[in-house]
Amino acid sequence: MLTRKIELLVGLFILSGLMAFLVLVFNVANVEVKPGQSHYTLYAKFTNVGGLKVRSPVKVGGVVVGRVTKIGLDPDELVAVVELAMDKEYDQFPETSSLSILTSGLLGEQFLGLTPGFVMDDIGMLKDGDRIDDTHSALVLEDLIGQFLYSMKSKEN
Amino acid sequence: MSHQSLSHDNQAEGETKPMEQAPMEQAKPLVEISHLGFSRGTHVIYDDVSLTIPRGKVTAIMGPSGIGKTTLLKLIGGQLRPDKGVIKVDGIDVHQCNRGELFALRKRMSMLFQSGALFTDMNVFDNVAFALREHSELPEAIIRRIVLMKLEAVGLRGAAQMMPSELSGGMQRRAALARAIALEPELVLYDEPFAGQDPISMGVLVKLIRELSDALSLTSVVVSHDVQEVLGIADYVYVLADKKVIAHGTPAELRAADNPKLKQFIGGEPDGPVPFHFPAQDYQKEMLGERD
Amino acid sequence: MSVIDQIARLGRGAIDSVTGLGRAGLMLWGAIAKVPRVRKGTPLLIKQLYVIGVQSMVIILVSGLFIGMVLALQGYNILVGFGTEDSLGPMVALSLLRELGPVVTALLFAGRAGSALTAEIGLMKSTEQLSSLEMMAIDPLRQVIAPRFWAGVISLPLLALMFTAVGIYGGHLVGVEWKGIDSGSFWSILQASVEWRQDIVNCLIKSLVFAVVVTWIALYRGYHVIPNPEGISRATTQTVVQSSLAVLALDFLLTAMMFGR
Repeated sequence: MLTRKIELLVGLFILSGLMAFLVLVFNVANVEVKPGQSHYTLYAKFTNVGGLKVRSPVKVGGVVVGRVTKIGLDPDELVAVVELAMDKEYDQFPETSSLSILTSGLLGEQFLGLTPGFVMDDIGMLKDGDRIDDTHSALVLEDLIGQFLYSMKSKEN
Repeated sequence: MSHQSLSHDNQAEGETKPMEQAPMEQAKPLVEISHLGFSRGTHVIYDDVSLTIPRGKVTAIMGPSGIGKTTLLKLIGGQLRPDKGVIKVDGIDVHQCNRGELFALRKRMSMLFQSGALFTDMNVFDNVAFALREHSELPEAIIRRIVLMKLEAVGLRGAAQMMPSELSGGMQRRAALARAIALEPELVLYDEPFAGQDPISMGVLVKLIRELSDALSLTSVVVSHDVQEVLGIADYVYVLADKKVIAHGTPAELRAADNPKLKQFIGGEPDGPVPFHFPAQDYQKEMLGERD
Repeated sequence: MSVIDQIARLGRGAIDSVTGLGRAGLMLWGAIAKVPRVRKGTPLLIKQLYVIGVQSMVIILVSGLFIGMVLALQGYNILVGFGTEDSLGPMVALSLLRELGPVVTALLFAGRAGSALTAEIGLMKSTEQLSSLEMMAIDPLRQVIAPRFWAGVISLPLLALMFTAVGIYGGHLVGVEWKGIDSGSFWSILQASVEWRQDIVNCLIKSLVFAVVVTWIALYRGYHVIPNPEGISRATTQTVVQSSLAVLALDFLLTAMMFGR
């Protein structure tokens, strides 16, 4: 009843559907299939995360070393808490490193810039679950303009 | 031949009592219909119809178009449910069955639809083989032989690989007939087998129905309004009109009858006791725009 | 008098729609709430996958390519005004994944496969093929409706995925090859903004819901057709109209549930 041609075409149809799925998953959504052990988690508090999003990259000198996995609010201090998944490959950041929220271009996506700190004998490396204390919040355009106008005014006086 | 059925089946004035007759019979009739009532919406189609169909005979049910002859076959097949009355096939009440029992019963009967109803997406061979493949676990080699035998019987063995759309109307109906007898049913219901056929294919069908019935000792029910063909093959005939059975008997008896309705039907006269006009209000009044 | 008539008409309409829903539900229940027959069911399913899926592929792929290209061209013209033409990638990808992929595929599917299903089953009914199955003690719901339903439910999500993937490459074609956006930044920004759970899973959920609804409407319209040529042509039109409206209304509902927070 079924010809070989029909069976073949249906097989191809399902195969191309699955291929489209794989293209979307791995090429478009860029899901990384790495075992869960390849990341270590860091936390950081910011007074303002601006346009930072889950999956925003963490960069050191432009190289992606991790991604934001969660953004929440600390219930006591009422500041933003950001959870980072850092690649195991890059695990030699001293505890004195600092994080700042930067923007690619004038209107582009925001990302986290990690600046490695100085290394001394009594300072260890960041480990899984550590917190980075030295953080610089996002620049908010309105605040900047406000400050600018304020300084203009005080100059005039 | 089948005069025995005349003896116990009275005119349909409500005197029929099949329950009493059954024990008297040696061979019980295959289909018994008693006091059947059926309506579509407010339109009454049957009002107290009783008839019996004997085993191994060709029984015809005739009547003018629109009388609901196809409906009767669908009622026997359990596709429709009567408002009142009982239809028994081989002693089993068709409408009290659950689905499994009904399907088991349907495997013993088959129906030849007016349009043939061949499955348009498969060729003639697969059409005939369809029920065999579904209901039997026979190996394909045996199915092939059975199918070719059935096709040979209707003279279409050469058309086995053709699609239904490539066949003429008469050939389609013959192919459908081969399919209907594929499972060797006890009862075959023919719905208007002659309608819209040219004289040659009509003659072929008449011969086939008669031969199959005799050769396989099938019980056949032929529903039709083609008077001459039906009188030619039937062992026994019921004439339906006006929601009732108006006459029944062997073809010879019917030809000799002097019932005016029957005479009109058999003679094909345009007007008579069965009126030319559909019931309506007074013509003159309606033309003048009055409403009652 | 006329007020009472109006109320009666309203009531009749309500009763009719509830009856229709009930019959549609019973039909689907009768078709799929049974143990599938692997040996006899699989060839039927494969055949329907061919008719419903494979034969819809060309229209889906071509439409996907063109819609992706048009989207990229229009988007480029707008974005270039703000100097943010690098964001073309996410714009094309997100529009396709979140909305156009599932919705346009479902609409095309309703027109291509849905109407064909209605016409085919309507014809099977009016030529008494369904009755004939019944009389052969074969359940037409199982033999005819069930394989078509499953084939539709399997095909549409696959087609939506193909549509989206081809659409994104269409966008790439216009954005990168023609308008000269840097290929690296097109993909990296696109990849940074598309998310597996939020976008791809939701795309699949949407197309699965649309698949069920469109196939169901098409089968119901065919199965309960008035068995004459006029009835079939009306049912075919109704299939396309009703399933398109249902897809658009459900799309709003699903979007509100998925992205409305």
